[in-house]
Amino acid sequence: MAKHETPLIDQLSSGPWPSFVDDLKQEAESRAKNDKNVDFQIPQDCVDDLLGVLELSYKHGRTHWKHGGIVGVFGYGGGVIGRYCDQPEMFPGVAHFHTMRVSQPAGKFYTTKYLKDLCDLWEFRGSGITNMHGSTGDIIFIGTTTPQLEEIFYELTHTFNQDLGGSGSNLRTPSDCLGQARCEYACYDTQAICHELTNEYQDELHRPAFPYKFKFKFDGCPNCCVASIARSDMSFIGTWRDDIRIDQEAVQAYVGGEFPSNAGAHAGRDWGPFDIEKEVINLCPTGCMKYEDKKLMINTKECTRCMHCINVMPRALRPGNDKGCSILVGAKAPILDGAQMGSLLIPFIKVEEPYDEIKEVIESIWDWWMEEGKNRERLGELIKRQGFQRLLEETGIKAVPQHVQEPRTNPYIFWKEDEVPGGWERDVNEFRKYHLR
Amino acid sequence: MAFISSGYNPDKPMENRITDIGPRKYDEFYPAVIAKNKGKWLYHEILEPGVLVHVSETGDEVYTVRVGGCRLMSVTHIREICEIADKHCDGHIRFTTRNNIEFMVDSKDKLQPLKDDLSSRKFPGGSLKFPIGGTGAGITNIIHTQGWIHCHTPATDASGTVKATMDVLFSDFQDMRLPAHLRVSMACCLNMCGAVHCSDIAILGYHRKPPMLDHEYLDKMCEIPLAIAACPTAAVKPAKIELADGTKVNSVSVNKERCMFCGNCYTMCPSMPLADDVGDGIVLMVGGKVSNRISNPKFSKVVVAFIPNEQPRWPTMTATIKRIVEAYAKDANKYERLGEWAERIGWERFFEKCELEFTHHLIDDFRDPAYYTWRQTSNFKF
Ligand code: HEM
Ligand code: HEM
Ligand code: HEM
Ligand code: SF4
Ligand code: SF4
Ligand code: SF4
Ligand code: SF4
Repeated sequence: MAKHETPLIDQLSSGPWPSFVDDLKQEAESRAKNDKNVDFQIPQDCVDDLLGVLELSYKHGRTHWKHGGIVGVFGYGGGVIGRYCDQPEMFPGVAHFHTMRVSQPAGKFYTTKYLKDLCDLWEFRGSGITNMHGSTGDIIFIGTTTPQLEEIFYELTHTFNQDLGGSGSNLRTPSDCLGQARCEYACYDTQAICHELTNEYQDELHRPAFPYKFKFKFDGCPNCCVASIARSDMSFIGTWRDDIRIDQEAVQAYVGGEFPSNAGAHAGRDWGPFDIEKEVINLCPTGCMKYEDKKLMINTKECTRCMHCINVMPRALRPGNDKGCSILVGAKAPILDGAQMGSLLIPFIKVEEPYDEIKEVIESIWDWWMEEGKNRERLGELIKRQGFQRLLEETGIKAVPQHVQEPRTNPYIFWKEDEVPGGWERDVNEFRKYHLR
Repeated sequence: MAFISSGYNPDKPMENRITDIGPRKYDEFYPAVIAKNKGKWLYHEILEPGVLVHVSETGDEVYTVRVGGCRLMSVTHIREICEIADKHCDGHIRFTTRNNIEFMVDSKDKLQPLKDDLSSRKFPGGSLKFPIGGTGAGITNIIHTQGWIHCHTPATDASGTVKATMDVLFSDFQDMRLPAHLRVSMACCLNMCGAVHCSDIAILGYHRKPPMLDHEYLDKMCEIPLAIAACPTAAVKPAKIELADGTKVNSVSVNKERCMFCGNCYTMCPSMPLADDVGDGIVLMVGGKVSNRISNPKFSKVVVAFIPNEQPRWPTMTATIKRIVEAYAKDANKYERLGEWAERIGWERFFEKCELEFTHHLIDDFRDPAYYTWRQTSNFKF
């Protein structure tokens, strides 16, 4: 028998999409029955109370979580999000209901052994409710009490060889697309560098030392399956510098209709027979492709590597062999001064262990931002405030046309004093010798 | 409920403490076929909605079945995922960047039993536990946030709006009939802990009333300068306030004409709550994308300034989203993302085709860049 009546959220049981309400209810029941005799370390009916509090929010149209909450584990400045219900007497099971962020493996591959053990731990010491996964990438454990935090952390590190993720004004948990593990477009090993940099910068991740949060994300190619360009202060997007590899026979197989366009992604509708002119040549944003005498040709110099032709004909076209990544910086959500996507900083850099060149770029950016960034100012906002030129200076990168979508339209141009012959120290009396008042 | 120690000693907290070990290494968890063929993949194909095959230069194949996940999930549900993976996939599993779940097998004959098993499982209320889909030119999972389940700043619920929307868009999760893939995301306030500023369609929780001021507590609970600095429109100022009992306190005042209800001051200061049952609701945005395919990445734009919260199923919101999807499906060219379509036909035509009302709220008025969103040309359609 459910602890609270939930007529409103019960209406989210029906319909085809998996119902989180039914799932929460099955967890509430499983805890009530407790077939495995778990000695629950937080209230056995916490999931019932979570359903109750959610129902109340549906009734009131407002959240019932108190503001903020500062909890954690010794040695770290983040990783746990404190939460307290604002009706603790009505819902004692969720009076304390903190979230723990658990650092996920790059690419989010798992063995069932690992996940089942993690479930046992979380059922025993927490609510048994999770997010798989948080939008930054972490495994999210939703709901436990303060005294359990150290116990869970001890268990995670000692039994699972597994750390917490990041929160607060620090490096957050990096994440990546699955890359070379299962994608033929990947221009570097996204998982390897994601893992390596996560480990390299553990201190920056666990102990907030920054003006604000900072995120890394790694996309294997410009399709951006982990959306790094929009969701990370530093975005690494795979690319190449040489020719797209063309298999002319396979091109013919597409033209002849043997291979489905875009790997069959549009199979749900009849779009007519594949038309290489219309679907590839004419859609190329730079017009650098030609199809003549049954031969596909690409003028590499003019290709911007947008991925369209490769996406349409994955069996005929492949990224080149001289691979690396572009680095873009400054993406952020709207607060405070408007949303930003990453801006191109390094057009091409090799991605090779031990990634020393890349680490140099990261550290030069941090040196600047940690010194100059205002309280709660994201990197993107610092770049706006002090200028892109300043970013180039701090990272020792030479300005190139690739850095802009277009040159400035206003002529409010700053010059440095030493760029101008004679400098800025002038004597008006000298001027007046030639120009009378 | 007796306390059981893990071995941690609260009297000597720093003893035996392990720190800075990071995540487990990804390759501990690879299925054999992935470990063997990593970096050697030649091509892939979508065999049917939700089912992919990748072919390696070694000749090996891996078949992937993608199923919808509701992200917020219980350990019971994760154990059921594991049970399926144990039965069909040698105990391997992965999650996608949009919180779907992928089951992988290394030969075609293992595919049908896996699919049958997945499709047969339902929750008591009738919803599918593991709907297969989310590939190609269709609609995949909705990236979303905490909502009333766990956050203190939301203007709407995340799990509920997402369930209601996915039910309405469900056929497109299991089909690939659209001109290009269409990403929907949701965030319950404009911190946008989700993907709303760069999605084809985005649901955003929004307030419409300025914060209330808990003067008696404000100076005790908040760093006043932080609350002042939190405001994008400089609506917050320091103030001396006389309480009903005559005591004078330091607090803040909010210039209500300058406040656009972003809630950021509340994020910084617990004494400035602003949630409201009738004030709060939904903003819809459209036309964003992150891929670099053909056109550059785009921000999504606000096209519906307000839809009320109509929990538990938000019918006005889901009907509006459905209308936008159908107009796009009918009108756009093959490969054209929603934002590319809207820009090609012109936003005036987008509003007409989607039968959306244009109101003054949709015209940008935030600082200098607003000017660049007005129309500096005589090129427009009647
Ligand atoms: C107030 C309570 C908040 C809660 C409960 C909350 C919760 C979360 C959670 C659970 C995640 C996923 C984390 C992960 O995967 O590790 C997240 C991500 C995020 N949050 Fe928040 N958040 C809060 C406040 C904020 C604020 C104030 C901002 C910005 C001003 C913000 C911006 C973001 C962004 C941008 C992400 C996504 C990052 C990414 O995709 O990489 N959040 N939030
Ligand atoms: C315009 C082009 C593309 C865009 C915008 C895009 C975007 C996305 C998105 C949003 C997801 C999450 C899917 C989900 O979980 O439901 C995703 C995942 C993925 N996409 Fe793409 N994609 C594009 C093209 C491709 C192509 C052509 C391939 C194959 C070669 C591909 C391979 C993948 C893979 C392997 C994943 C899973 C990634 C992971 O979870 O780490 N994408 N992509
Ligand atoms: C600020 C916090 C943000 C968070 C937490 C966040 C989170 C996410 C997540 C989890 C996804 C799904 C990724 C995937 O499917 O692979 C996503 C997708 C997306 N994000 Fe974000 N995002 C944030 C900001 C942004 C910003 C600032 C933009 C654009 C300016 C943006 C644009 C997008 C777009 C367009 C997609 C869909 C990708 C596609 O399918 O084309 N996001 N975001
Ligand atoms: S970003 Fe590129 S390399 Fe990575 S999964 Fe997507 S298509 Fe593949
Ligand atoms: S990758 Fe893009 S720009 Fe390059 S040839 Fe193909 S379609 Fe054209
Ligand atoms: S989007 Fe806003 S309300 Fe939703 S989880 Fe993030 S901070 Fe909380
Ligand atoms: S809600 Fe936003 S705009 Fe209004 S006072 Fe607070 S910070 Fe300023």
